[in-house]
Amino acid sequence: MEGLVNIVVQSIFIENMALQLFLGMCTFLAVSKKIETALGLGVAVVVVQTITIPANNLIFNYLLREGALAWLGLPDVSLQFLGYLCYIGVIAAMVQILEMFLDKFVPALYNALGVYLPLITVNCAILGGSLFMVERDYTFAQSVAFGFGSGFGWGLAIVALAGIREKLKYSDVPEGLRGLGITFITVGLMSLGFMSLSGISL
Amino acid sequence: MSATSKVLTKPILDNNPIALQILGVCSALAVTTSLQVTLVMCLALTSVTAFSNLFISLIRHHMPSSIRIIIQMTIIASLVILVDQFLQAYAFQISKSLSVFVGLIITNCIVMGRAEAFAMKNPPLISFMDGIGNGLGYSVVLIIVGSLRELFGSGSLLGFQILPTLSSGGWYQPNGLMLLAPSAFFIIGFLIWILRSRRREQVEIREYRLAPHTVEEGII
Repeated sequence: MEGLVNIVVQSIFIENMALQLFLGMCTFLAVSKKIETALGLGVAVVVVQTITIPANNLIFNYLLREGALAWLGLPDVSLQFLGYLCYIGVIAAMVQILEMFLDKFVPALYNALGVYLPLITVNCAILGGSLFMVERDYTFAQSVAFGFGSGFGWGLAIVALAGIREKLKYSDVPEGLRGLGITFITVGLMSLGFMSLSGISL
Repeated sequence: MSATSKVLTKPILDNNPIALQILGVCSALAVTTSLQVTLVMCLALTSVTAFSNLFISLIRHHMPSSIRIIIQMTIIASLVILVDQFLQAYAFQISKSLSVFVGLIITNCIVMGRAEAFAMKNPPLISFMDGIGNGLGYSVVLIIVGSLRELFGSGSLLGFQILPTLSSGGWYQPNGLMLLAPSAFFIIGFLIWILRSRRREQVEIREYRLAPHTVEEGII
């Protein structure tokens, strides 16, 4: 249990998806102009991440990894090279299912998320999360903790950046730096701030 | 200028994928701690973009638009699997240090973005050129960032010592920040600043204009 809490804390603060591992940068920079939309996207990422990483964990452990197909009488077969195709398929399908589910049962949340839900399919934080899970060889319980933590960390970062940018638009920024340039430098400073949290462990 | 060379050179300065289109930023930041890894990543991305543009453009008339994203994803993912297997076979060390970022070419927005914006509307050959051009635009930014970070972070380029470091008896104190995450953001921010002060038309319109001083002289 302690190990799981540690994974959550570590993936939120120390190995923050956006600020330390640079994942999901495109959406991170493009959708962080307003706090409300950033919050919607953040919540969507937490939900999708918490579902897809454990799902991909099961696929990896019971279908793809070397020796996983022993129950079919094929102990030497390793389908690891099909990994990318499977993970991205699972992510696309999960996003689609989630979209239909929300549309039917939780229309309020569906409307709030709007166009950002399908965008999540091509967010590299999601695929990156699954690939890190494979690389670090997490168990199922660990992968749930990692999925939640990494999604939450990404959401935290984008909401914080949106808060800063809402104030920043009133400031007098040099011409060439306006918009994208100053955003990069702001994110750099935020990343520097998050680095001071490194070393925390429970 | 002919159409082909225009498509090939425009993304380098005028319509740079990273600095102007905000595409493919993630990997640009993450793989630039050493120049060798950066070069391999550039090659991998350029070839995937070029070939995915070529294949998607070849079948663009036969794709129903409702499932085109899935088809594009499958083509891109298969190309990335090829690149990944190739790297694991012939450059295992580099493939280890790139870790998940080869796989992340699948969700790299440059590949998807160019497929959607260019290859779906244009014939195969010119789409192929557009893929190479955008790959080059991406590579230019990456190589600049990669060489700055390796040179000042560890005093070497491509593994050769350029600035002799203190620990090996020289005079250069390596700047550790250059190898950490924040420096990548700063360098790209400043690159965008330099590029935009050269090319004024890329400057973004301000959302709020500061009002001029309205207090009259006599009041103060």
